[in-house]
Order: sequence, then C-alpha cells, then structure tokens
Amino acid sequence: MNRPLRRIAVFCGVLMLALLIRANWLQYFQAEELNENDRNRRVQIARYASERGDIIVDSKPITGSEQTDDTDYVYKRTYVDGPMWAPVTGYASQAFDANQIEKIEDGILSGTSDRLFFDRTTAMFTGDKKKGGNVVTTLSGAAQKAAFTGLGKKKGAVVAVEPRTGRILALASTPSYDPAGFAGYSRADEKRWQALERDESKPMLNRALREIYPPGSPFKVLTAAAALEHGAVDDIEEPTDTPEPYILPNTRVPMKNLAQGCENVSLKKALEISCNSVFAKLADEVGREKMLETAEKFGFNREHFTPVRAEASVYDREMERSENSLSAIGQFNTATTPLQMAMVAAGIANDGRLMKPYMIDRLESPDLDVIEQHEPEELSRPVSQKTAQLVQEMMENVVESGSGANARIPGVTVGGKTGTAQHGPQNSKRPYAWFISYAKTDEGSPVAVAVIVEDDGRTARDDISGGGLAAPIARSVMEAVLKK
Amino acid sequence: MSVVTNTTTIGAIEAPSRRNTELMMLAFSVAIPVFAYINVGLALDGKLPAGVLGYGLGLGLLAAVAHLVVRKFAKYADPLMLPLAVLLNGLGLVMIWRLDQSPRLILRAESAYGAFSADAPKQMLYSAIGVALFVAVLLIIKDHRILQRYTYISMAAALVLLTLPMFFPARYGARIWISLGPINIQPGEFAKIIIAVFFSGYLMVKRDALALASRRFLGLYLPRGRDLGPILMVWAMSILILVFETDLGTSLLFFGMFVVMLYVATERTSWIVFGLLMSAAGAVGVASFAPHVQQRVDAWLNPFSTAVFDGQSDQIGQSLMSFGAGGTLGTGWGQGNSDLIKFAANSDFILSSFGEELGLAGIMALFMVYGLIVERGVRTALAARDPFGKLLAVGLSGAFAIQVFVVAGGVMGLIPLTGMTMPFLAAGGSSVIANWALIAILIRISDTARRPAPAPAPSPDAEMTQVVRP
Repeated sequence: MNRPLRRIAVFCGVLMLALLIRANWLQYFQAEELNENDRNRRVQIARYASERGDIIVDSKPITGSEQTDDTDYVYKRTYVDGPMWAPVTGYASQAFDANQIEKIEDGILSGTSDRLFFDRTTAMFTGDKKKGGNVVTTLSGAAQKAAFTGLGKKKGAVVAVEPRTGRILALASTPSYDPAGFAGYSRADEKRWQALERDESKPMLNRALREIYPPGSPFKVLTAAAALEHGAVDDIEEPTDTPEPYILPNTRVPMKNLAQGCENVSLKKALEISCNSVFAKLADEVGREKMLETAEKFGFNREHFTPVRAEASVYDREMERSENSLSAIGQFNTATTPLQMAMVAAGIANDGRLMKPYMIDRLESPDLDVIEQHEPEELSRPVSQKTAQLVQEMMENVVESGSGANARIPGVTVGGKTGTAQHGPQNSKRPYAWFISYAKTDEGSPVAVAVIVEDDGRTARDDISGGGLAAPIARSVMEAVLKK
Repeated sequence: MSVVTNTTTIGAIEAPSRRNTELMMLAFSVAIPVFAYINVGLALDGKLPAGVLGYGLGLGLLAAVAHLVVRKFAKYADPLMLPLAVLLNGLGLVMIWRLDQSPRLILRAESAYGAFSADAPKQMLYSAIGVALFVAVLLIIKDHRILQRYTYISMAAALVLLTLPMFFPARYGARIWISLGPINIQPGEFAKIIIAVFFSGYLMVKRDALALASRRFLGLYLPRGRDLGPILMVWAMSILILVFETDLGTSLLFFGMFVVMLYVATERTSWIVFGLLMSAAGAVGVASFAPHVQQRVDAWLNPFSTAVFDGQSDQIGQSLMSFGAGGTLGTGWGQGNSDLIKFAANSDFILSSFGEELGLAGIMALFMVYGLIVERGVRTALAARDPFGKLLAVGLSGAFAIQVFVVAGGVMGLIPLTGMTMPFLAAGGSSVIANWALIAILIRISDTARRPAPAPAPSPDAEMTQVVRP
C-alpha cells in the first residue's frame, strides 16, 4: 500500500503547489490590475481617507476638503465656484467616482501615488498625517470668470489658450453643475446626481472638450491658411476668379452665398464678408489631400490630452470633391471641439507654430516640492510664418472692418472670425454662433479664444450670429488676460 | 536475560519520543499569535490590546493541556502536528479578534441584526471545546484499531448526521446546519471523520476482493457489485444528500476522499480514472439541473460582471480585490479593508483577510503550515503498520488537503466557490472542534506507528543458536 500512498502524497503536494502558484499570480502579477478595478472601494476609501490635495488656480485653491463623521470616507470634497470650474476640475464624489483632473491626478491628490513615496516615507517617521499633493493649473481666474459670466445662461463653451505656450487660460462650459452637490453619498447627493443625469441640457457634458460642433465659417481661416500654404493663392489682395454662382465640382449644386458681392473678390475680402463660394473653390483647388494635411497638422482627427481628454475633431478622410468644398466652409462632416478652434486661432496667432494645449502647470507634493513641471511643447507647424502672418492680416481686417467689430479692444490688435453654423436637417435647427479670435501685443500673442454659443433661447433666430453673441464674450476674455 | 542481548534483528532501543521538541515548537506556536495580537492592537489603537493576556494565556493553557495529554497518553506521536494546529488556531483567533474591531462590520451588524456580538470569545470557547475533544479522543481511543469495530455503525452515524440538516431551515442559502437553541452545528465536518472510519474499515476487509475479483471492461477493472455496492451506495447517498442540501464543498470532499482511499486500498490506478469519469459525469449532471451551481460557476468566471457583482454576490470579487490589495507583503495586520467582504470576512473568506493583511508572504507561509500537516499525516500513513491505520490516516489527511484546496482555491478564484471553511482558521464551532478531533486521531495513529515494537518473546533456542556463532 505504500506506493499509492507516495502518489497520494505527491497529489497533495500538487494541490498545495497549485494554491501557491495561484496566490503568486493573484497577489504579485494581478495585484495592480485588481487595485485599479473600478469596483474596488479601497480606491474610494483611500481617496477620502486623508485630506485631499487641492487644484490650484492663480495660487488659490478652487477645491477643498471637509471632515465628515463617516467610518469609510473621513473627508469630503468641497469646491469654490463649483459650476464655473467644473469643466476644469471635474468631480470627486464618494458615491460616483471621479473624473477629469480629480481622476487623472488622483494619485497625487489622494497622496497614494508612487511619486509621493519619499514624502510618505518621511511622514511615516515624523508622524505627520498623510495628505495629498496639489495640482497647479495654467488657468487664469479672471479669464475663466469672464468666459463663464459671458456665457451666462446661454448654452455654450469658451476655450482660451496662450498661443506662445499652449497653456489653457479659460475652459468654460454652460450650463454647468456644481460638483459639490454630489460629493458625498447621501440620498440627497444621489438625487442631485440623478437629476443631473436626466437633465436634457446635459450640464455634465464638458462642451469645451467633449462636444464636437459644425465649425461653420471660422473654419474658413483654416481653409485660407491651406490655400496660402499650398500655393492656391499668392496674394491675398488679388481677385480669386470666383464665379457667381459657384457650382460645386462634379455636381449641379450652386454654392449659396449669404454675403453679397462675392464674385471674383480677393481672399481678404472673402474672409471679411465670409464668401462661401470663394472658399469652396479654393478648397477644390488645394485638393482634399492637402486640405486634410493642413487640418490634421492643426490637430484634427486626433484626440488631445490636456491631460483631460478632448474629443477628436473631424475632417473627413474620404470625401468627394464636392464634399471637400463643403467641408472647407465648415459644413458636411466637419466637426470640431471648441478647443480645436482655439488651437486653430492660436496656431495662426503664434506665427504658424502650434503649441500643445495643456492645463496642468505642475504637480506639487504636500510640502509644495515640485514633483513634475510641464514644459511647453510644440505640437506641429501647420503653416509657415509667412502664411500665418497673411492670415493674421486678414483676420485683423475682419475685426476692423468686418463682422468681428464686437471684439475690438482699443489699443490692441485683435484678429478674429465670426461664424453662424447652420446644422440639422435642411439647417432647421437653431444655428450655433461661433467666434474665434486672438489678441496681439508687441511681444506676440498672449491669448487666443474660441467661443461657441450653442443656443440662447431668448434670441430670435435671425439675430443669432457669431459677431453678435459670441464676439463680446471673446473680447471680455481677451481683456481679462490682457489686463494682467 | 536482558532484552538487549537478544539476537533478533528488531532492536528494542527506545525510540526518541520527541516530546521536548513538541514542547519547544508549541512555545513558538503560542508566542507567534501573541505577538500578532499585540501587533493588531498597536495598529488599530496605538496601544497594547486589553485582552492580550487573556487570549495569550488561554491559548497557552490549551496548548499546555494538549501537550501534557500527548506526553502522557501518546508518547511517540508525531511532534509537529499539535504545534501546527495550535499555530493555525491561534492565528485564526487573532484575525477574528481583529475583524471584531472593524467599525464597518459593527455598524453593519447593528443595522442588520440590531446588535453586534464579537466572534473572538466564541472562537476561544470553541477552541477549548475542540481541545477537550482532542483530549477525550486520546483518552478514550487507546489504539486506533478499536475504531475498526465500528465500521457499520459509522456508516449509519454518518448518514444520519448528513441527513439531519434537511429538517432544519437553511442558513445563508445552504441546509448544512443543525440548530439547537443557540447552538448551530455543521454536521458535515464531523461526518467527514466518521465516514473516513467507515471507508477504512470496509476497504480494509474488501480490498483484495475489490482489487482482484474484477472483470476487465474497456481496459478498466470493474469489481463485483457485491463488493463495491455498499460503498458506492454510501457515497452516492452522501452526494445526493449534500446536493440536496446545496453543500457542494462537502460532496466534493467526500468524493475526493473516497477515490483516494479506494486507490490506496486496491493499488489500482483504474480507480483514479474511474473516479475522474464519475466526478465529471456528476459535475455535468449537477451543474445542468442545479441553478445555484450554475450561479457559482458564473461567479467564478466573471466575478466582476454586473450580474454577479451587483446581482447575486460581490464576495468573490471583493475577495480577489482583498488579495490584490495585500500584494507581496500585505497592508499590515489591522490595516487592511478585508471587512469589505462583509460578514464572511472572518469565516468563509478568512483567508482573504490574511491575504490582504499579511500579503503573499503570509499566505505562502499559511499554505506551508497546512502542507506540513498534510505531509505529517501522509507520513503517518506510510509509517502505520496496519492497513486500517494506513487507510484512516491517508483518508483524513487527504480530506484535509482537499478541504484546504477547495476552500483556498474557491476564495482565490482558482475554482468555483463551494462554501467550506479553512480548517482551524475560520470562525465557527463545528469546524474547529471537528478538526481538533481529526488531529487527535492522526496523533493516535502516529503514536502507534512510531511506538517501538514490543520486545519479542525470548527464544528458547537462543542458547543453542549462540553455539554456532564463529
């Protein structure tokens, strides 16, 4: 009976070995994955176990932590001007997880990041309480306030960037929500959360980064840049040889012009009075490939991480000639985020150098040591300096003598482009009012802005225009930046 | 004439009893949990826990009593088994006490049942009863072969024990409890030992018939029905009862034990094949008509799916995350969140609590302790001189190994969860008490096995044969 006994011993050994291997697999190889599991409440518990670090604007925190008497979640998140900053901070809720900066930099804010290892270790010996680090943003409180109050009760978004560096100065989205409203996990928090989820105006949608809109006329700035860059036009003052009406290539469809007197105008004039026909024809001359190339260099067709993810804007890769012409005036499939349009304005304003947009300047440890400092990075060079300056000349002309008059700031050079983007079947929906612009001083451009007003229930449909609704907001944001 | 001058080859030199070794190891087995206890107190409150003396002395006392009884009544017993059992029992006590301090579990119990009652004092009591049973077994059963006489009584007893819970209401979804007032007994734990006695007694008698008087069929040796019949019937009945009571773990345990013992008794590998085929058929059969089995399999395959995690039970998912949170070195005793598993954190899922707070290192050490107990058990079987002892020892230690595997594999997501408890660690009376009895029987067999052979009777021819020596 001893031989089978030995085999049984081996069998028992195999059982134990299987357990040992499984334990190693689970606790060594899979541990990280399990710890990052969304369902792991330990993440939530750790997130609120100690005082959470803050998100900082203009060296003042726009977030806070308050102590609760809960066993699991000792601290609760609070917000200063929650609705205004919600598109920047995101939310951190005990019941509903977190998003945006609160989520992306959770490791720093909750103090669990490996990058805070040194601080934690010293705290262990000094007996200090664990505390999270801070996230210092690039935003400007004044610009954000101007953007948020400018939008007011209207539905829309504003993005302002510093063209020289790519720093995001304002990031507003309305209607907004107060992340403090559901920071806890009580019944009231849950109700507020559900109300926000159900709200048809989608207050939790970050319109500045996550919504893509038809860009309408402001896209013509990009088309003009592409035409100059690829040699379709050399002189912006010369007639462009555009017939009236212009028939879209390979079709019998005439391109409608809302403006009068577009026949054979110069590129400069065409941008000023926003001639569809001129840009449709130019885009056809540039060709889809080159148009696509320029659009993608400006950042189309890819997601941007600021580090909060921005939706990819669209310039269709496989279009007919006629559709390319439609796209070039911001119609057809073309769709962009407000951030993307701000990047277009910024690339032009910065003489053709497009900087990567970002909104986290640095991460700080609880002792305010800098853990990570973001350096401005060049994203691409969509157009040459010469092209950029020609486009600037045209955009400045729009503000001086065209539809962008509402954006004028005394003593400052401002370039801009208005737009009223029609959309919906047969353009039946209320149009979007667009405005992109930049301001310029002797030291280059400190600010480029994109504003979209999606809908203002109180404005009569015919009065919706980029110049009327969006340009004043852009002006106040630019002024706020210039005043500093 | 003295024994030593006897010329037979079997020397009657006194074998070392190893009782002092056992005593030293026991000192460690008590000291480690006491340190662990202090550790938990410091981690939770920053000061020495109030009851450290009580629990320390209690555990020490139990160990001392058990040791003295072994020293007196099982002098040659294996020196490792008792210390290992004490160590596991002590560590379990510490973890149960630690979870008693969890504000989360206290709040939960108060809102669900209106009051919270600590489990550690109860576990201490059960451990004392367990050691008392251990002592009783060693005192009453002077030789394990006595058990052989109760082969058929054991069978009846086991069947009765297994049937009884059907007449009591289900708790936590399984009918495996007998409730007598405040006392809840899980008879399956005791049936495990009793049925091992029956298998050993029966197989010892029938093993030749089972091994040799068989017909060849499809390359397998099938025994005659009259030999196999009774055992097959008992097995089938226990499985059926258990399936009816939705106690998967125990049915798996019984089946495994049955195959192991049959294989050892008959030395025929075909039994293994036969057993595997039958278990496969049984598994498919049960899985296809028992919805709760399908649920278990589902929970095992997708522990984090919405249907499982938010629907039927988040226990497996929580358990896996506990292990993950522990990582290599653990969060430290008292500093984990294994109480997120809720009420089973100190019973079915106590291993997850260990996994989180002691980490991979602690878990591997625990498995080693269990592995050592099994190894000592199989070694006892090898050393035993009588087939009944061999069978009983291998049956009990095989069952022990299978139970550890099934429970640990279940909570670690290696196999579907079946709902048994980690021997000695988990909170719960039946398990601790029954396993102390199991260790007592193994110690008794090992004592008989390692006891020096009695001196042979002096040979009347001794003088004569000495003459022919050169």
